[in-house]
Amino acid sequence: MTIGRQHELHKRRFSRNMGLGLVLAAFVVLVFGLTVVKVTGGNVSQAISGTTGQ
Amino acid sequence: MSDASADNIVNEAEFGDYFALLKPRVMTLVVFTAFVGLLAAPVSVHPFVGFTAILFIALGGGASGALNMWYDADIDAIMRRTQKRPIPAGKVTADEAKALGIALSGLSVLMLGLASNWFAAGFLAFTIFFYVVIYTMWLKRWTPQNIVIGGAAGAFPPMIGWAAATGGVSIESVLMFALIFLWTPPHFWALALFMRNDYDNAKVPMLTVTHGRRSTRAHIFWYTVVLAVFAIAAGFTSLGGPVYLVVAGVLNIQFLIGAYRIWRRDEVGSEVDNFAEERKFFKLSLAYLFLHFGAILVEAGLDRFGVWA
Repeated sequence: MTIGRQHELHKRRFSRNMGLGLVLAAFVVLVFGLTVVKVTGGNVSQAISGTTGQ
Repeated sequence: MSDASADNIVNEAEFGDYFALLKPRVMTLVVFTAFVGLLAAPVSVHPFVGFTAILFIALGGGASGALNMWYDADIDAIMRRTQKRPIPAGKVTADEAKALGIALSGLSVLMLGLASNWFAAGFLAFTIFFYVVIYTMWLKRWTPQNIVIGGAAGAFPPMIGWAAATGGVSIESVLMFALIFLWTPPHFWALALFMRNDYDNAKVPMLTVTHGRRSTRAHIFWYTVVLAVFAIAAGFTSLGGPVYLVVAGVLNIQFLIGAYRIWRRDEVGSEVDNFAEERKFFKLSLAYLFLHFGAILVEAGLDRFGVWA
């Protein structure tokens, strides 16, 4: 079997790399979102405007 | 890969093959029941935290699925139902599955602890341990009650969802556990009655082989009776309400009738209609679990919007 520049193998590797990349990006977004929710106590808009809600 | 033979390259895995190691179909059940457990809890959770908790409970379930596929690769290659899984198909090596399973187990427990609480995280860690070590490595190939034990692992997710919200255990979460735990044996034994040769060939001690098919039919009926008691009992806790009681009432009567018919049938009669009654019962069992948890979800929604208040 000859392996050319555009063999199906490359598609599979691309699918793996792309999949892993997307998973890692989603994980970063998730950790960031979770941090924001935890730090602001779930009250994101108030935290952004700088009021404490007291 | 230093000696990349043509066969290895042709069989190289795609992303989807690694995803398949996580048993996505089982994960959907985990997501659904954990979601119901989380929403039925009397403590409200921030939606993002709830989403993260469900995601990592599901990932923990997926990780235990990958570890199960690593350990069971030998029998998966024999059974028709599992021959196309990534390891027997030659797409992923058993060692890769093990590494993925261990890494995702650690990640899911850690992230669930950070997102919700460490009780829920500990519970998830215990569930993974229970499924992989107690069920897969120890009891599955040793006792005909393997389905009962395995059912316990599948029954923990709503309890973990509940624990993620409340930080503890209560009668309601135990009843949700009981619902799946007691539902699993009749569901799988009905399957074993009409998928005959798979488990025999793999030498997995299914009840149909060790105790005979007559005994399996009796087991299905008596487990269904006990299941019905617990399913109805759940309706009288904070999980239940009019919607749940109507749904549970109708489904349990149907399920009991189906189990009774299976019990009273003989093998000759079953073979004549190609196990029609057993197949019908198996299909009903899928709806049974989905609709019970759906009804709990509806009750939780109605409660939250103050309909019954």
